[in-house]
Amino acid sequence: MYATNYHRASSVEDAVNLVSTSDEARFLSGGQTLLPTMKQRLAAPSDLVDLRHVAAMKGISVSDGSIRIGAATTHAEVAGSSEIAKACPGLAHLAAHIGDPHVRHMGTIGGSIANNDPAADYPAGLMALNATIVTNTRSISADDFFTGMFETALDDGELVVAVEITAPAKCGYAKFPNPASRYAMTGVFVAKHGDGSVRVAVTGAGSDGVFRHQAMEQALAQNFSAEALSGVAVDDSDLMADIHASSAYRANLVKVMAKRAVTAAG
Amino acid sequence: MGMEGIGARVERKEDKRFITGKGRYTDDMVVPGMKHAHFVRSPHAHASIRNIDTSTAMKMPGVIGVLAGDELASDGIGSLICGWMIHSKDGSPMNMGDWRPLAQTKVRYVGDAVAVVVADTKAQARDAAEAVIVDYDVLPAVTEAVDALKDGAPLIHDNAPGNLIYDWEIGDSAAVDAAIAGAAHVTRLDLVNNRLVPNAMEPRAALGHYDEGEDHYTCWTTSQNPHVARLVMSAFYNVAPENKLRVIAPDVGGGFGSKIYIYPEEIVCLWASKKTGVPVKWVADRTESFLTDAHGRDHVTTIQMAFDADNKMLAVKADTIANLGAYMSLFSSVVPTFLHAILYSGQYVIPAIHCNMRTVYTNTAPVDAYRGAGRPETTFALERVVETAARELGISPAELRRKNYIREFPYQTPVILCYDSGNYEASLDAAMTAADYNGFPGRKAEAEARGMKRGIGMSSYIEACGIAPSAAVGSLGAGVGLWESAEVRVNAVGTIEVLTGSHSHGQGHETTFAQLVAQRFGVGIDSVSIVHGDTDKVQMGMGTYGSRSGAVGMSAVVKALDKVEAKAKKIAAHLMEADEADIVIEGGQVKVAGTDKALGWHEVSLNAYTAHNLPDGMEPGLKEGAFFDPTNFSFPAGCHICEVEVDPETGKTEIVQFVAADDFGNIINPMVVEGQVHGGVAQGIGQALLEGTHYDPETGQLLTASYMDYTMPRADDLPGYTVSNTVTPATTNPLGIKGCGEAGAIGAPPAVINAITDAIGNNDLAMPATPQRVWAALRSAQ
Ligand SMILES: Cc1cc2nc3c(=O)[nH]c(=O)nc-3n(C[C@H](O)[C@H](O)[C@H](O)COP(=O)(O)OP(=O)(O)OC[C@H]3O[C@@H](n4cnc5c(N)ncnc54)[C@H](O)[C@@H]3O)c2cc1C
Repeated sequence: MYATNYHRASSVEDAVNLVSTSDEARFLSGGQTLLPTMKQRLAAPSDLVDLRHVAAMKGISVSDGSIRIGAATTHAEVAGSSEIAKACPGLAHLAAHIGDPHVRHMGTIGGSIANNDPAADYPAGLMALNATIVTNTRSISADDFFTGMFETALDDGELVVAVEITAPAKCGYAKFPNPASRYAMTGVFVAKHGDGSVRVAVTGAGSDGVFRHQAMEQALAQNFSAEALSGVAVDDSDLMADIHASSAYRANLVKVMAKRAVTAAG
Repeated sequence: MGMEGIGARVERKEDKRFITGKGRYTDDMVVPGMKHAHFVRSPHAHASIRNIDTSTAMKMPGVIGVLAGDELASDGIGSLICGWMIHSKDGSPMNMGDWRPLAQTKVRYVGDAVAVVVADTKAQARDAAEAVIVDYDVLPAVTEAVDALKDGAPLIHDNAPGNLIYDWEIGDSAAVDAAIAGAAHVTRLDLVNNRLVPNAMEPRAALGHYDEGEDHYTCWTTSQNPHVARLVMSAFYNVAPENKLRVIAPDVGGGFGSKIYIYPEEIVCLWASKKTGVPVKWVADRTESFLTDAHGRDHVTTIQMAFDADNKMLAVKADTIANLGAYMSLFSSVVPTFLHAILYSGQYVIPAIHCNMRTVYTNTAPVDAYRGAGRPETTFALERVVETAARELGISPAELRRKNYIREFPYQTPVILCYDSGNYEASLDAAMTAADYNGFPGRKAEAEARGMKRGIGMSSYIEACGIAPSAAVGSLGAGVGLWESAEVRVNAVGTIEVLTGSHSHGQGHETTFAQLVAQRFGVGIDSVSIVHGDTDKVQMGMGTYGSRSGAVGMSAVVKALDKVEAKAKKIAAHLMEADEADIVIEGGQVKVAGTDKALGWHEVSLNAYTAHNLPDGMEPGLKEGAFFDPTNFSFPAGCHICEVEVDPETGKTEIVQFVAADDFGNIINPMVVEGQVHGGVAQGIGQALLEGTHYDPETGQLLTASYMDYTMPRADDLPGYTVSNTVTPATTNPLGIKGCGEAGAIGAPPAVINAITDAIGNNDLAMPATPQRVWAALRSAQ
């Protein structure tokens, strides 16, 4: 790790101001991606602005089916929240299966989505849940937020403050972990919304990050059951292939995990 | 057996220190004035070095020295050697390419050391290493052994045409071919034994300290055999003569073979300490460990097994290519030959055996012994082919094995080894009972009803441990003898120090070696200290690998104990005016049998040192040394049974039961032995299901250089184990011990793959059997 300057932000404004003082400054949330990258000398921020003590960015609130999760909320807090378990059980399940206990107690939802790793779990959840990402300047729909591998709609210095979700009628997440990293080799989040629409979002498999599977969404809107997916074809041409899994295998996993997610949603 | 003697489940003395963070490892060592080294390593798999420019790095903050290969060469530091000569079948010696501790003209794998920076802090050394400018002329690379043998493959060492190191054989080729031609059935398999990264928990480290006042060097290092390190560094690398070089291997956090060898880094740290005038420490980070620790396995094998009409084995023929990486590591040549090829008789009566072995250079990390070393490769080939043959012949795999087991001992195989003792059927029966083998069809049907595919597989492995005797290994090309030494020092107050040339890096010697003394003299293990890992304390030793610490190392202790016991009895007989033959030592007392005369053990030792009243002519003191050189290997063997369930939708395998029924001969501490089996099986399952090492075939970059891509077994990947022992004592050492350190890693992989292939109905399945591979194999079977 190269030497860097540490700052503890006290508010959203403070964080945004601190980061704007240098071109090479970065937000630090749980540090579960940023710090390993710095240790390997693949990133060398001049300044780190720690977000974990900004009160407005922490905690979970649920009222009348509206869920708000502060960006600096850890995976363990989401996984352990009884309110989330009730309003959006698929999301609690997702958070409970990120990494290991150490990672879950440090890593945060804001850091995860800002990083938008193509194998991260949250992007699938937020896209299927039609979440809104609230930043210091605007609100962005999940569909618009995740723009590609490690790419988001965030501008330089823009800060994710919170994530807002309307509780779905039903939802479920099924993940097939990469045997080595335990990130998603394929993860599928399925949500049936109050208006009867269904969203199916896939992570870990797409060659350009998280994506929605329209054919599955249509099939499930007609008939929300695992069998409804049997006839749906998964095209492997846009799927990732690497030393761990071919695109054909990932295509199979997309379907199998989608069915399991539907079953989990109940 | 006493409470703490042979056979007792004594808790490990050393664990308190390890689990409370009080262990003292090489990186914990601090010497006044100590500075830090960082190595400049090749980012290319194969390249000529045009120029190394250290001028910018030299001016960086904190930098004390930047040293490269030319300086090392002009100081007369030698090239790294392979310590076991193998001759090709045409009589020519193996082609050993030059391995400079710091590359001068060419780099041959990603991670090859090119220069070293010594600086005040680790970070400064690393900063300056980034500023060393190496001008490379990148050459084409080759990573797979089979490709390296092809016409037109990049030439890695000029003196190894076609990248061939040796083309060696053993056994009667004509007899084997005749048997195959006349056989009622021949089973043939093409197999790959996947390359593994050892991944000891503690990375390699070295601290070199040149003391100018004494003209003496000290090296703290992560070694399984500090005396061998001293010998090789003085005799071959010209670091310093043995009397001016002390090597200390303090607590070492796992080795699995990878810490047997002497690597460039410890040589360079010692030399750099003299050059720069400061003690120099280097500690590998995990990436360096992945790139530069000697890897294991990496064989490509075609095996054939021939049967007569009565399903009796007639012959085995194995043709293997082994990838030794970019350089020949210290024992790399012997692993594919005398630790692999001569095991092809397995547990069976096989009249004709032939193995051909070609070893080759590639642009990858050096490959050497890794837990099991050669024997897992043999066992995998043999036990996969036996199980496959049973399926082809339509008979039960257990019965095919039973029909062909060796039953009379000693048994001379056609390929050098002579097994002294064993009872293979006893292990098979024990394993089948423990696994409820006969109840399997019911469990399979039940799984089927849940949509899961269940399979069962076994392996009957044998290994050769306690590698020896010295004269025999010498005649086969070894550069060293393979005995062990011990010294037993009884202090005046009766406490005891045992100095051993064996080295413990997780095996529990501080407990198990002390149990030998407790057994002999009835003293508590708390009053016995085991001293190891320091060339200034222990006179000489060959170290720990090949499951040799029990069979060879403990046997040396036993011989020294015999001498101490004899002298103590003489002293006691003299003091109590009794006949020496009537003296017995038990419960910490030295007694005259059949009387109430007795002395405390400490009274005898005190008398030995006061020397006021010793038998005529006896020297004072109570301290004896011994060397033990066994007359043969020992032959642990056993039967492992694995039962799996495969999820046909994802290809994911779950091991639902794993049974190990082993024969390790006599056992000193059953708990420690179980721990060795658990760890070994975990590594065997790791090889079979999880661990794959991938180099990019074009660039030679290691793609699995971290745990993000290299699947280390985790607790939730592994089942509970059912382990048991049958005992046929070894006849070639006084304790009847056979060795247990590697069995798990040897026996497990074929059992696992036999189980999965049984479950999915497709025998074509490579290791590691990842979900993707199992899924693909299932689909192609349908
Ligand atoms: C061993 C291990 C296993 C893991 N397994 C999984 C897994 O199975 N599934 C999974 O999804 N993830 C996994 N992760 C990732 C982890 O869960 C974190 O979510 C992820 O590392 C990012 O979150 P963080 O809070 O640690 O962010 P940081 O590492 O602190 O930051 C990541 C990036 O986001 C930026 N950033 C952080 N917060 C904000 C913000 N509020 N606004 C704008 N930008 C911001 C930072 O500047 C940085 O560029 C794993 C990580 C590790 C180390």
